[in-house]
Amino acid sequence: MHPIRSRDQLSPNVWRLVVEAPRIAEIRQPGQFVIVRRGPGAERIPLTIADADPDAGTISLVIQAIGKSTTDLVELEPGAAITDVAGPLGQPTELIASGHAVCVGGGVGTAVVYPIAQELHRRGVRVTSITGGRSREWVMLERELGEAGEVLVCTDDGSYGRHGFVTQALEDVLAAGDVDAVYAVGPVPMMRAVAEMTRPLGVHTVASLNAIMVDGTGMCGGCRVSIGGETKYACVDGPEFDAHQVDFGMLADRLATYRSFESEAMERRGPCRIGLRKPTAAAATETVVAS
Amino acid sequence: MTDKPAITQKERMQIGRVAMPEQAAELRAVNFREVNLGLTEQLAMLEAERCLQCPKPYCIDGCPVRVNIPQFIVRLREGDMAGAAASLLDDNALPCVTGRVCPQETQCEAVCLRGKKGDSVAIGHLERFVADWAQTHPDALAAARPLSTARTVAIVGSGPAGLTAAGELAKLGHDVTVFEAFHAAGGVLIYGIPEFRLPKDIVQAEVDRLKAAGVKIEPNAIIGKTYTLAELRERFDAVFIAVGAGLPVFMEVPGENLKGVYSANEYLTRVNLMGAWNEGADTPILHGQRVVVVGGGNVAMDSVRTARRLGAAEARIVYRRGHEELPARAEEVHHAEQEGVQFDYLVAPTEVLGDEQGWVRGVRCVRMELGEPDASGRRRPVPVDGSEFEIACDMVVVAIGTRSNPLLTATSVGLEVNQWGYITTDENGMTSIPGVFAGGDIVRGAATVILAMGDGKRAAASIDAWLTGAWPPAVDVPEAAVASAAEA
Repeated sequence: MHPIRSRDQLSPNVWRLVVEAPRIAEIRQPGQFVIVRRGPGAERIPLTIADADPDAGTISLVIQAIGKSTTDLVELEPGAAITDVAGPLGQPTELIASGHAVCVGGGVGTAVVYPIAQELHRRGVRVTSITGGRSREWVMLERELGEAGEVLVCTDDGSYGRHGFVTQALEDVLAAGDVDAVYAVGPVPMMRAVAEMTRPLGVHTVASLNAIMVDGTGMCGGCRVSIGGETKYACVDGPEFDAHQVDFGMLADRLATYRSFESEAMERRGPCRIGLRKPTAAAATETVVAS
Repeated sequence: MTDKPAITQKERMQIGRVAMPEQAAELRAVNFREVNLGLTEQLAMLEAERCLQCPKPYCIDGCPVRVNIPQFIVRLREGDMAGAAASLLDDNALPCVTGRVCPQETQCEAVCLRGKKGDSVAIGHLERFVADWAQTHPDALAAARPLSTARTVAIVGSGPAGLTAAGELAKLGHDVTVFEAFHAAGGVLIYGIPEFRLPKDIVQAEVDRLKAAGVKIEPNAIIGKTYTLAELRERFDAVFIAVGAGLPVFMEVPGENLKGVYSANEYLTRVNLMGAWNEGADTPILHGQRVVVVGGGNVAMDSVRTARRLGAAEARIVYRRGHEELPARAEEVHHAEQEGVQFDYLVAPTEVLGDEQGWVRGVRCVRMELGEPDASGRRRPVPVDGSEFEIACDMVVVAIGTRSNPLLTATSVGLEVNQWGYITTDENGMTSIPGVFAGGDIVRGAATVILAMGDGKRAAASIDAWLTGAWPPAVDVPEAAVASAAEA
């Protein structure tokens, strides 16, 4: 059992759970993930380890409540426990050792690039983080990213930071011509757009692929992705790959496998009980500052 | 003991083999309840009378774990149920499992003397009867806990090899911890073999019996990730690696990444381990209406019969060899046929076809003919030129085998593997690292539950010798005379 130490809301549908998992907290590396099963009967779902505190024996999981399983998870109150947390799984991020790195996070993907930015900064790499959301309340982890370097915030509606998509901000950063690597995590269209932007420039670009998984150890093959025309398993070969080699069309397609099932399951379940507590723009900032 | 009069050998020979009561095909094809209902006590007693109690019982040699078959059968027919159960459990850590999934027809029953003239004794059915009795009468079998040796053993993997070794080692007083990557113990017994063939509460009861005997189980522990082999070796006096051959093999044909194409591992794991067969389960599963399962082993039969139960109007096996070459247990093939599964023999897919939305819409196939025998001794299928045709379908399950998973081996310095990634061991089951043993599919390649159990039992004997300073082991436990190449 893995008790939940704390929970806070990062955006209207994204929560952060700090969960007891001492062994994983001790050995995890940026880019790795865990498979979580809330309890008997629940689905196994992969979640990136957003942060870890080896002394406290905890890991942070940032969860976007989009389906039944994720909504069930974020509804767990501090003090309740997750039955199964397995990991750390996947290959750690291959990080550059010096120079200038850009970490691009779209939506909940920001939680995945955060540990990468943190580790790059620790290594002495100059980090520019770009994060974005629909509007101000969807922007998350700005303060945490700020500890690793410069942060550029974008909102689609211009309600906070720069008006526009993260890719537009990236274009400006790339224009300086000193970027050695880009780490991009977010919705498939965002990662694809980033890859297309850096490809002609020859800038090394890494994407983290959120494929569908069951076991996370290579035994089901459900997470197969096409990398440079070769089938790879996101769980054991990834989850991060050279973005210029990724077949994003296939990834998006396979991610849609259970879409109708997911909406039915969500309908049966009913809406998120704590989701009603949508933070206002100001409240969202407070939550982040308070955490 | 009963005082019924003994019957003569001649009278025994007159008794015909009893039939296993089973759910009617049309009923069971739409539910997940167990197909075989088990013998009644009356049927079991009658069948037990058929055993000739051969002075030289070949059946024992035919069993990979060397169950003393005549002994448990004679106790059964004498009415000594507890004695029969004790005898069986002494030889076999998972008799409820093997009584259901062993390919007896190629093992114990293949060499049963009665089979020379008529039908062999239904050893598997009798084993299941006695094992099920034992499971429902735990108090009759309360064995004294052995004295602790204070020696510790880590077992990696809780499938048939790991659980068998765990049971044997616990019986000898060793302190055993089993590490399992999934959230529940049982390996292929819970993720692979379906409910209708091996109910999960039966497996759980076997696991619980091992726990009661002192075996500790640590779930969610992936060796190679959560802990390294080196860490285990440091913490424990010996390690047994029994991780199986867990990686799915795909066909390597175009279209295999379309939506609606599953590995048998994924399909069966979703349905069995994750309970996706229950309506309203959290874990989703596609309900194909026209399902093609590629392969001819037990896993293929499990997949196709599962698809039928999940509502497939058309569920077919596509196999590149003929009926005679099917590696599956005869009973599974027979049951699949009864349940309306169609078989396309001498057919191999060359491409999976998709629609504009990226969903499977069919399989392009080529007809095969059997040529010269290959390395396995089976006649090699050769494509027939110009014989291409299409089978329309909305789901494909690839069940053509599994291979070694490098997750553990790749992170284990000094652990020798062969060119296919299987761990190499010496005649005592020890790997290139002293004190680290291996067995089951990760050594022999994908095989059956019972062969893995045989490996587990032999490894336990070696490990015991290693732990107690009686190394090298004096008595070699012989491998069964009869081995099946069928898939687990």
